[in-house]
Amino acid sequence: MANAQEAAAPNLGPAVELRHLHKWYGEFHVLKDINLTVRHGERVVVCGPSGSGKSTMIRCINRLEEHQRGHLFVDGLELTNDLKQIEAIRKEVGMVFQHFNLFPHMTVLENLILGPTWVRKVPRGEAIETAMMYLERVKIPEQAQKYPGQLSGGQQQRVAIARSLCMKPKIMLFDEPTSALDPEMIKEVLDVMVELAEEGMTMVCVTHEMGFARTVGDTMVFMDEGEIVEMEAPEEFFSNPKNERTKLFLSQILSH
Amino acid sequence: MTINTGESEGLQPAKAVFYNDPKVRAIFWQIVAVGGVIAVFWFLIHNTMVNLERQNIASGFSFLDLEAGFAIGEGLVPYSAANSYWRAILVGLLNTIKVAVIGIVFATIIGTVVGVMRLSPNWLIARLATVYIETLRNVPLLLQLFFWYAMIVEVLPRAKEAYGPFLGVYLSNRGFNMPLPDTWGYLGLLGGFLVALIAVIWLYRRNKKIHDETGEIKNTLGPSMLIFAVGMMIGWLAGGAPTSLDSPEFKGFSFKGGGEVTSEFLALWLGLTLYTASFIAEIVRSGILAVSKGQWEAAGSLGLKRGQILRFIVLPQALRVIIPPTTSQYLNLTKNSSLAVAIGYPDIVGVTNTTINQSGQAIEGIAIIMSVYLTLSLSISLFMNWYNTKIALVER
Ligand SMILES: Nc1ncnc2c1ncn2[C@@H]1O[C@H](COP(=O)(O)OP(=O)(O)OP(=O)(O)O)[C@@H](O)[C@H]1O
Ligand SMILES: [Mg+2]
Repeated sequence: MANAQEAAAPNLGPAVELRHLHKWYGEFHVLKDINLTVRHGERVVVCGPSGSGKSTMIRCINRLEEHQRGHLFVDGLELTNDLKQIEAIRKEVGMVFQHFNLFPHMTVLENLILGPTWVRKVPRGEAIETAMMYLERVKIPEQAQKYPGQLSGGQQQRVAIARSLCMKPKIMLFDEPTSALDPEMIKEVLDVMVELAEEGMTMVCVTHEMGFARTVGDTMVFMDEGEIVEMEAPEEFFSNPKNERTKLFLSQILSH
Repeated sequence: MTINTGESEGLQPAKAVFYNDPKVRAIFWQIVAVGGVIAVFWFLIHNTMVNLERQNIASGFSFLDLEAGFAIGEGLVPYSAANSYWRAILVGLLNTIKVAVIGIVFATIIGTVVGVMRLSPNWLIARLATVYIETLRNVPLLLQLFFWYAMIVEVLPRAKEAYGPFLGVYLSNRGFNMPLPDTWGYLGLLGGFLVALIAVIWLYRRNKKIHDETGEIKNTLGPSMLIFAVGMMIGWLAGGAPTSLDSPEFKGFSFKGGGEVTSEFLALWLGLTLYTASFIAEIVRSGILAVSKGQWEAAGSLGLKRGQILRFIVLPQALRVIIPPTTSQYLNLTKNSSLAVAIGYPDIVGVTNTTINQSGQAIEGIAIIMSVYLTLSLSISLFMNWYNTKIALVER
């Protein structure tokens, strides 16, 4: 009885918590003592030079990568080797990739209802309704019956976002969602993400779109060589960076 | 109303000189090619006819009705030396089809398993698969056939001292001798199986409908097995619960009764299957690898289980890459079955060869062999192409 009540009660703790997280690729120490807490509804933007471990960190959160030391909690559940636990967490965590990773042999609509029908066990009709609603939200309902290969990059990425949203996740992870896109398509994807942020979605987003970071970010995280070097609110982060490496990085990226 | 063809307004593109027009050139070369082929064939046929006439050999297929006069080791239809050449060749044809079909089925299964094994994260399993593939595909098939034939003939005892029976099966250098059902009552079992099959298909459809309507995922495998078990049980009982079998017995010089798998068939089947499986394994492996890691990751991050990812995402995409080269392997296996001659399995080539030696009708014999392989190969190609278009994607 007590258990049922506990399960029903909303989790008031952090959405994501990384405690003293370490990861190695063989000899190579990719993540060094990462500590990060993401509150429900918080938008964290992660930036840093190439190879600094941003992708690795974000991919640990839904166990696409395994950490070797430290603890990682998602919505109160600890990520361990337990497959059931991993599946349970992946249900709640949506992920958007740099290269979209849509399923090329399925129509847009089929891409969208696959997860809901087989993981959430939603009736097909209902899943289609939800999918169409999200396609409206990302402004491409007319593409539902097309195959991913028939869409532009920007449209594909919006489908990928919609696909994640159809699972009704509590947390969304974005790994450089716009860096494979042509400049004129970046805006259409960022617009969708801004809207999502305004609705209160918890987001962890690796991106170098500093305009976006300023508009929606609650917290900026700067990583270098596997460490979190600086963590700050955006105004402070941009106007008054403390670390030398942050300053160098910002000067390089903002000069573009 | 007039239709504007554009010609009057000079909108038609300017015409090239006719001998520079790619279409005209293509047609010209096609005519030259076809003409050349016809000329070569006419020359060959004409020459042959003249030579045959000079040697007083009748051409045509009428010899097929003559008595064959030679025995054939095994066949799917009754045959004796008193039957016609026609029948002898039919026996050979069926033997070829038999070894090709059974070979293709097993090569596909073994190839798929070994191909997946080679991708296993388990070092030992992956290594074993690699050794299997590298050994079998790098040794000439003919050698492998000799090897398997020698293994069976040299290592297994003579029929008189056959190993066994293991579950009624005897192993000897003549091959396998096994019991066969001997009453019609066993048809009940078959009937039960077919009814169960229909029931399972119905169950599968119903579960799919339930999934579409409610989202509930029902277990299909367990109930299916139960349906098969119960269905065949009831069928068997309905057939009068027969238990008697026609068991092989050693009498005189050989086994009498029951069914026989000859050592020649076994050696050919083993050789063809294991050899072709090594190629199919590589095709399967590259097919699975052709599906990018991102597909696994995207599906995994939706919360799909490993089995679901394979079923919905990876296999459908891998099959597309796997099917065309696998078709060539099926064709190779079928054509390689003509190596049967080397170990004395009476396939179409072996039987027709004997026919040629006895009748002297070499050209007709070779024409028969060629048309048989052509027909078999084209049938396999057509079937696989049909299957391929069925699962192909409308991707772009
Ligand atoms: N599977 C792997 N095996 C070994 N090393 C890896 C692997 N994946 C990543 N690395 C290394 O780990 C480091 C961090 O990689 P990661 O992809 O997390 O960087 P990133 O910050 O996302 O960089 P980018 O901005 O280029 O995407 C890099 O030096 C990379 O070479
Ligand atoms: Mg990265």
